Amino acid sequence: MTDKQDGFLLNRRQTLLMLGATGLTTIAVPGFFRGEALAKEAPKGQIIIGFSQEPTVFNPHLLHVECDEGVHYAVFDPLFDVDPEGNYFPLLAAEVPTVANGGISADGLNWKIKLRDDVKWHDGKPFTAEDVKFTLELLTDPDFRSWRRTGHELVRDLTVVSPTELTWRMEKPFAPYAAFLASTFIVPKHAFDGVVDKNSAPFNNAPIGTGAFKWKKRVAGDHIELEANPDYFGEGPHIQQVVIKYIPDLTVLYTQFKTGDVDLVGVQWITADHYEEAKSLPGRIIELTGVATIESISLNMERPYFKDPAVREALYHALDKQAIIDAIYYGVPTPTESYMPKESYYYNPDLPKHEYNIDKAKAILDKAGWKPGADGIREKDGVRLSFKNSTTAGNNLREQAQQFVQQSFRDIGVEMTISNLPPAVMWGDYWMMSQFDSVMVGLTPLIGPDPDPSDFFKSTASPAKGGTGQNTWVYANAEVDALMEQGGALFVPEERLPIYKKVQELVRKDLPMLPMFQYMQVRGRKADVDGFKGNINNRIDTWNIRDWRRK
Amino acid sequence: MLGYTLRRLWQSVILLLIVSVIGFSVLNLAPGGPLSQYTLTPGMTKEALDRIAEQMGLNRPLPVQYLDWLWRLVQGDWGHSYRDGRPVLEIIAGHLWATILLMGGSTLLSILIGTWLGVHTAIRRGSAFDYVGTIVAMVSLSIPTFWFGLVAIYVFSLKLQWLPAGNMFTVGDGSFLDYVRHLILPSVVLALVNVAVWSRYMRSATLEVVNQDFIRTARAKGLSPRRVLLKHVLGNAMLPMITLAGVQLPALLGGALVTETVFTWPGMGRLFLDSLGYNDYPVVMGLLMFSAILVLLGNFIADLLVAFVDPRVRLD
Repeated sequence: MTDKQDGFLLNRRQTLLMLGATGLTTIAVPGFFRGEALAKEAPKGQIIIGFSQEPTVFNPHLLHVECDEGVHYAVFDPLFDVDPEGNYFPLLAAEVPTVANGGISADGLNWKIKLRDDVKWHDGKPFTAEDVKFTLELLTDPDFRSWRRTGHELVRDLTVVSPTELTWRMEKPFAPYAAFLASTFIVPKHAFDGVVDKNSAPFNNAPIGTGAFKWKKRVAGDHIELEANPDYFGEGPHIQQVVIKYIPDLTVLYTQFKTGDVDLVGVQWITADHYEEAKSLPGRIIELTGVATIESISLNMERPYFKDPAVREALYHALDKQAIIDAIYYGVPTPTESYMPKESYYYNPDLPKHEYNIDKAKAILDKAGWKPGADGIREKDGVRLSFKNSTTAGNNLREQAQQFVQQSFRDIGVEMTISNLPPAVMWGDYWMMSQFDSVMVGLTPLIGPDPDPSDFFKSTASPAKGGTGQNTWVYANAEVDALMEQGGALFVPEERLPIYKKVQELVRKDLPMLPMFQYMQVRGRKADVDGFKGNINNRIDTWNIRDWRRK
Repeated sequence: MLGYTLRRLWQSVILLLIVSVIGFSVLNLAPGGPLSQYTLTPGMTKEALDRIAEQMGLNRPLPVQYLDWLWRLVQGDWGHSYRDGRPVLEIIAGHLWATILLMGGSTLLSILIGTWLGVHTAIRRGSAFDYVGTIVAMVSLSIPTFWFGLVAIYVFSLKLQWLPAGNMFTVGDGSFLDYVRHLILPSVVLALVNVAVWSRYMRSATLEVVNQDFIRTARAKGLSPRRVLLKHVLGNAMLPMITLAGVQLPALLGGALVTETVFTWPGMGRLFLDSLGYNDYPVVMGLLMFSAILVLLGNFIADLLVAFVDPRVRLD
C-alpha cells in the first residue's frame, strides 16, 4: 500500500519487533498519504469488472455475501484495513490504535481511536466521531438486522471525546476485534436521521460513503456504476468510472473477458478449466491468488465410527489429494495440512506431511479392530464403517472429487455413499445442526489476518450442543479450548504465534476435518489495468480499488 | 358478454388463490430457507442467523405468514425483496421491460418467418422446399440455445467483431442504435427455435384448411391462387394461431432463461432463477402471481379474440 511509498519498507519481522509490545502489527503513520501534498492527478478512464453474482446489499451492515463487499470497499472506508502481508494501515483513523501509541491499553480493555479531520461524506457533510459511534451502535441495535455482532457486543461506554476522537471499553479482552474492525465500514449517521426502520432506509439503496468512489446508479440485474470521488482524502482514485457488471454464467463471464467486454474478472473468477487457455490470451494478465478458504472432508465427530481416531487417520491416508487436485482441479489449488492459509503469519509449516498410502490405511484399521464383514465393508462392535458424504448438488468438481474419494475408501473397506443436497438445504440445519455424516466443503475459519478459529474449533461453538459458533463437526478437545481462550486475550503477535501453531498441530492430529487443499483463484485482467493486488486477508478484489489505474 | 367476463373473473380469483397457497407452501416447506446461503460467510454463527430469522418474521407459523402476505397483496403491497429491499412490483417492472424488448423482437421475427414458412411448406407439400423447411425446423428445434448462443458469440463477436458479445446496451451509450445492435444476436438466436414452432403449427393448420370444401369451391369459382391463399386459407388457418399466441403470452413475458443467461440480458427468466437461488420468497411469490395472472389474462384475451374473428364461436 501507500505506506511503502512513504519509505516504511519494513518487512513483517521488523515490524513485529518494532511494535512488539503493541496490540496490532501495524504501520501507523501520521500523514499517511504524502501524495496529497502534490497536485492530485485527475482520474481517467473506466474499468468494467465482471461479477458472476449480483451485488444487491449496499448497506455493509445488513446480511450480505462476498460480491456485495466488492461495492462496499469502493464506496466506504473502515477505520483501518489490512494489506496482503497482514499489516494494518489506517484509513479513516489517523493512526492504527496500538499499545505503543496508547490506542489500546496494555490489558486490551480500553480503546482510543483518533480520526482524520479532513474526510467528507460523498454528500459534502463532514465525517466525525459521531459517525463511528453510530456505526458501532447500529451493529448491535436490537431492531437492526445486523449481519455480525461479534466483538461489537463487547463494546461498552462508547464515548465521543471530540469530533476526531472516541473511546470505549471492552467487556473482556478480545484480540480478534482489530480484524473485525478492519472489515467494519463506517456509515454516515445523518443518512439515518428520522428513519424509523433502519432495515429499509433509503440509504440502503443509495449509499453515501467516504470511499474513493461515489454511488452513481444501479440497473438491477445488470450493472452498477460508480464514479470517482474527487474529494477523496487519500491518494487516488485514478479511474473516472467503475462499472460492476453482473454476468451470471462463468463461461459467459470468461467469454466476455476474451472478447474484451470485461476488463477484469471478479467473483467467481476464471474457472480452473480455463486457466491454461487464459494464460495464452494476448494482452491479458492471468494470476493465481491464494484465498483463505480450505477444502476439506468434514466429519461429524458424534458418529460412532468417527469417534475412533484410527478411522479418521486411516481415511486421511486413503485420500489421494494430489490426484484430486491434478485430475479434477487442473492442478490449481495447493495441498495443505492446516485450516490456516499458508500466507498467514501464524501458519504452521511443520505439521506432519500427509501420505497417501492405502496399505497403511488398511493396517491402521486392522490394528484398531475394524474387520471386513461379509460384503467387504469393515465393522467393529456392530458398527459398520459406512457413512454418507454430502455437498451442494450441482457443484460438478466436488461431485467428481466425491466419486474419486468413494473409490479410494472402498479400497480400504469403507463404504461412503454420496447424498448431495440443494444449497438451501445443505447449509441450513443439515449443516448447522450437524445432521450430516460427512461433508465435502470449503470453509473460511478465520476473520481477515486474525488467527483465532474459536467459532469453528471451540467445544462450546457447536449449535447441535446448544453452542453459538460453527463447530459443526462437534469437535471437543479441552487443550484446544484452553489454548484458544489464552490466545484470544493476547495482543502481541509473537506471544500468540506458538499458541496457534499448537492449535493447528492438535487439529491436524485429531482430524475433525481431513484437510485437502487451500483454494487458489485464477484472476484475470487486461494488461493495462494497473494497481490490482491479490490480498489473502480480504475476500474481495476491490479492497484497494483506490489504487487502480489504466495505463 | 358481461356475464361471461364476470364469471371468468370470479373463476380467476379462485384459481389465483389456489396457486398462491400451493406456491407459498411449496416454497416455505422446502427445507433450508432464505438464510442458509449465508452459513459459510466467514464469522457467521447460528446465533446471528436465528436472530435475523426472528427479526424478519420467518419464525412465525406458516399460515400467519401466508395471511400476512395475502392481506398486504390485497392492499396492493406485493412485499419487498429480501435481497435489496426494493418493492417486488418495481423489481418485476424493471426486468419486464428488458424481456419485452428481447421477446418482442424475437417473437415478431419468428411469427413473420414462421407463418411464411409454415404456409409455403403446406401449400407445396411434398416438394423439396417442404422437405428442406421441415428438416431446418427440426434441426433448429433440437439445437440447445446455450450452445447456439455461444457459437453465435464466437463467430459474430470474437472472430468477426460485428456485434457485441452480450448485454442490453453499452454503459454510457444506451442510444436507440446501441440497443438495436445488442438486440440482434439474442433475438435471432431465440427466434430460431420459435420459427420452428410457429412454422410447424402454421403448416398443419394450413394443411387442414387447404383440404376443406370451401377452398375447393373458391378455386372452382376461379379465384386467383393468391387471393385464395390470402383471404380464405390464411384467414382460417390463423384462428388456432390466436389461441397459440394467447397461451404463449405468459411464456413470452416469463422470459427466456437460457438466452438471457448467455447474452447477459437482465430479463424475467434470470430474475426468476436468481430469486429462487437466493430463496427470495417475496420476489418468487410475486413472479408466481404475475405469471398466473398472465396465463389467465392470455387465455381470456385469446378466447375473446377467437369469438370476435370466428362467427361460429359464441361466448355465452
